[in-house]
Amino acid sequence: MTAWTLDELARWDDKIQEKVQEFGLDCYPQEFEVCDQNAMLGYMAYHGMPSHYPHWSFGKAFEKTKTMYDHGVSGLPYEMVINSDPCLAYLMRDNSICLQILTIAHVYGHNDFFKKNFNFAAGTRASETVATFKARADRVRRYQEDPSIGAVTVEDWLDSCHALSFSRSKNPSVPRLSQADQMRRALDAQDGPQDFFPLLTRKKEQVQRDLSRVPIEPDEDLLLFVRDHRRDLADWQRDLLTIVDDESRYFIPQIETKIMNEGWASFWHHKIMNSLDLPQDIYLEFLVRHNQVVCPHPRSINPYHLGFVLWHEIEKKFGGANTPEGRRKMFEVRESDRDTSFLRRFLDPETMRAVDMFSYAQRGEHYVVDEVAEEGWEDIKAKLLRQTGTASMPVIKIHDADYGGARGLYLVHEHDGRDLEVTHAEKTLGHLRHLWGGKVWLRCSLRGKPTLLCSGPDGFDAKLIN
Amino acid sequence: MTTVFRPYEESEALRSDRSAGDRQRHREKLRRSLRENIADIIAEESIIGRDGDKIVKVPIRGIKEYRFVYGDNGGGVGTGDGDTKPGQIVGQTGDGEPQPGQGRAGSEAGVDYYETEISIDELIEIMFEDLELPDMERKVLREVMSDSTFKRRGYRKRGPRVHLDRKRTAKARIRRMIASDTAAANFGENRTNEPENPDERFPYRREDLTYKRVVTDVREESNAVVICIMDTSGSMDRMKKYLARSFFFLLYQFVLTRYQNVELVFIGHHTEAKEVSEEDFFHKGESGGTMISSGYKKALEIIETRFHPELWNIYAFHCSDGDNFDSDNEATIQSARQLCEACNLFGYGEIKPLGSHYYESSMLERFRAIDAKNFHTVLIERREDVYPSFRQVLSRERAEAG
Repeated sequence: MTAWTLDELARWDDKIQEKVQEFGLDCYPQEFEVCDQNAMLGYMAYHGMPSHYPHWSFGKAFEKTKTMYDHGVSGLPYEMVINSDPCLAYLMRDNSICLQILTIAHVYGHNDFFKKNFNFAAGTRASETVATFKARADRVRRYQEDPSIGAVTVEDWLDSCHALSFSRSKNPSVPRLSQADQMRRALDAQDGPQDFFPLLTRKKEQVQRDLSRVPIEPDEDLLLFVRDHRRDLADWQRDLLTIVDDESRYFIPQIETKIMNEGWASFWHHKIMNSLDLPQDIYLEFLVRHNQVVCPHPRSINPYHLGFVLWHEIEKKFGGANTPEGRRKMFEVRESDRDTSFLRRFLDPETMRAVDMFSYAQRGEHYVVDEVAEEGWEDIKAKLLRQTGTASMPVIKIHDADYGGARGLYLVHEHDGRDLEVTHAEKTLGHLRHLWGGKVWLRCSLRGKPTLLCSGPDGFDAKLIN
Repeated sequence: MTTVFRPYEESEALRSDRSAGDRQRHREKLRRSLRENIADIIAEESIIGRDGDKIVKVPIRGIKEYRFVYGDNGGGVGTGDGDTKPGQIVGQTGDGEPQPGQGRAGSEAGVDYYETEISIDELIEIMFEDLELPDMERKVLREVMSDSTFKRRGYRKRGPRVHLDRKRTAKARIRRMIASDTAAANFGENRTNEPENPDERFPYRREDLTYKRVVTDVREESNAVVICIMDTSGSMDRMKKYLARSFFFLLYQFVLTRYQNVELVFIGHHTEAKEVSEEDFFHKGESGGTMISSGYKKALEIIETRFHPELWNIYAFHCSDGDNFDSDNEATIQSARQLCEACNLFGYGEIKPLGSHYYESSMLERFRAIDAKNFHTVLIERREDVYPSFRQVLSRERAEAG
C-alpha cells in the first residue's frame, strides 16, 4: 500500500507543470513509471534504460548500488531520469508524497536540461534513445544465442570493448573523419590558402605529408578505429564495437554536465516547491530532504551542492535573484556550457571561500588538507577542473597502425602532468590487443621518463626510451 | 502536454527480475576469484571443528574493470563547513572512498574488496575442488554415518507417535473393556460380555496409549579424539599452514564419519608445546627453533590425563616442515614410539614446497626407525598431494573398517 494515489500525483503534476511553464522551462513530454525498489535498482544498474544488453558488469553495478543504498547513502533517494523524448523517469513506490512531488519537480529540471543543453543536443538523439537501446539489446542477445558465436565469446569481446569505451573523442559535436576525409583535409592543408598575389609573395615551402600513413591525423576513437581498420573482424564483432562506442557517446554528455545538470534540477525543484503552497507537513519534510540533497560532502564535491550554489550565484551576479536579466543569463549558460567551462567561468574565489573549498592530498594513512580557498584558490580550481567530467580521463590517441612494419598499433598518451596507472594500463592494453589482434604499444611518461609500454603475445613489457 | 503516469504492476514486478542473469554471472566470476584465494582463506578461517551452516565473511578482490586511468589518486577537492585549515586531517585512507561523482567512468585506481558471505560448507566444497578430491570421496566425507545408538528402556504413557507400542496399547484397551463389563455386572446391570448392540464401539482412550521409552546410548567405543600437532615456528608460512589445515580437516571429517563423539585437540609447538584453540593454532606464528619431541610429550600428557586409550580412539597427526634440532631427534623418536602405542593411528606429514626437501633437513629419514604398523609418514609438496597422502595414511584404517 502506498500513502498516495496516482490521481494525487497527477494533480500535483498539473500544478508543477504550470510553474514549469511560468518559469520558462522547455521540456520534452514527461512520463513517470512507478516501481518498487528492486526494479529501481535494476534501472539504475542499466543506466535507467528500459532495455539494455546483458553483461555481468551490470550485475556488479546492481550489487554495488544495492549495498550503497542499504548503507544509506545520501542524495535523492532513488531518483532516476533518462535523456529521451518523451523523457522517462521512475518514482519509488515506497516514497512519501513529499518525495514524489520533489522528485517530479526535480525531474522537470533535468528534462529541460536534456532538451536544451548543447552537449545533449549534439551528442544524442533523444527521440530514439529507448528504441536504439532496445535494438542494441536485441542484437547482442542474438549474438549470444547464436551457436556459432556463443555467450562466452560475446562476453569476452564486450569485456575488451568496455575497457576502452571511453577512449574516444569527448566532444560529440566534432564529427569523426574517415580516412578519405582525413586525406582530403591533409591535401588542403598542404596547398595552403589560395595565394592571390603569387608574384609578390615568396613561395612557401611545401611540406609533403605522408598520405599512406594510417591514420593521417592521430585518432582518439580507439574502438571505431579498430572497427574500421582491422580487416578480419566478423560482423558481430564490428557491431559490438559500434554498440559500445555509441553508448559511450550517449553517456558522455551526462558525465560532462553532472554539476550543471544536478544543480539546475535542484535550483528548479527548490523554486517550484517554494511556489507551490505546500501543506505545512509536506513543506517541512521537503526542507529536510532538500537540505540532505544539497549538503556538502566532506571529501568530495557534491554536484547537487556546488551546482545549486553556482546557479544562484549566476542569477545574482547577472541581475539579481528572480530578475529577468538573471534568468536570461541562466538560460543562456544552461544551453552553451559544460561542467569544465561552467566552473572556469563562474566559480570565483568568493564562491570558493563561501563553500569553504579545499584540496587535500594523501599523507601516509591520512588525507590532509593542503590548500584552502583563502590563499590557494587558483590551485584548487585547477585541481577541480582536472577531475571534472571527461578531464578525469586520460587522452590517448592512435598515431600509427603499422608500427614496426608489422601491424603494430602505436598509441600515445598526451601527458598533462598526470601519470597513467600502470596496472590498469597493462590490462587495458591487453584488451586492446585482443580487439586489434596484434601487438599494441603505448608511449607514455612515467615519473618524468618517457616510457614505451607494449602488450604482445609474450605478455606485457615496459621500457624506457631515450 | 500531458504527463503519463504508469502505475505499479505487482505481477509485472514479481515476474521480471532483469538483472538476475547478470548478477548470477557476476557471482560466478566472484566465486572463481574466491577459488584463486582459497589457500589464504582456509588458512585464515577456523573451519575444522565448525558447523557447516556458519557464515563467514571473507574479503575477496572484486572483479575489476580495467580502463586507462590516472595513477595519482591520493587527493582531490572537497568542501568543508567553513573553517578548514591547511594541515587538517579530513579522513583516513580506506574509510569509505570518496564518491567521485563523475558518472560511471570512475577515475580511481583503488582496489575494491568485496566482503562475501559464504558458508563453511561452501568453503569446504571449494577446498575439495581445489584439492581435486574425487566426487565419491567428497560424499563419504560429508555424510556422517550414524550408528544406531538408541536403546529401548521400558514404557511410558507419553511420547512421540512413532514410538507408540501398538500391541500394548491394544491390550490396555481390552483390559479396560473387560473391566468395564465386570463393573457393570457388579452394579447389577444387565450386561453380559456380548454387547447388546454389536456395532457399539469401545473406543481407545488416552490412558490406553503406551509408548516405548527410548534413550540415547552412550557407547564408550564411539569416542574418538583427533590430536592435531603442528609446528608453529616461524618457518611455517601461510601456504604450509593451509596444507596442514586441509589435511587436519580431512582427517577430522574422516574420523567424524566413523565415531559418534569426536573431540579435537590442537597442540602447537616450537621449542615448547602448548594446547591452543583452533584460532590460535593457525594464527599465532612464533619464531625460534623447533623441538618436535615437546609436541609429542604434550600429546602424551593430554592422552594420559583426558583420553584413556581404553575408552578413546586416538588419532594423532603431526604436521611440520621437517626442521628439528639435531639434539632433539633421539627424544622425538622415543616419544613417537610411545604415541604409536597409545594411538589408533599416528601420522607425520612433512610439508615442503616442491624440491626443497633435497637440501633442507628432513625428519622422514629419521622416522624410518619406527616400524609400528599404525605409524605413517607422508611428504606433501603441493596441494595436489594432500589428498593422495591422506588416502595413503588411511589406507590401512579403511581396510580394517571394511
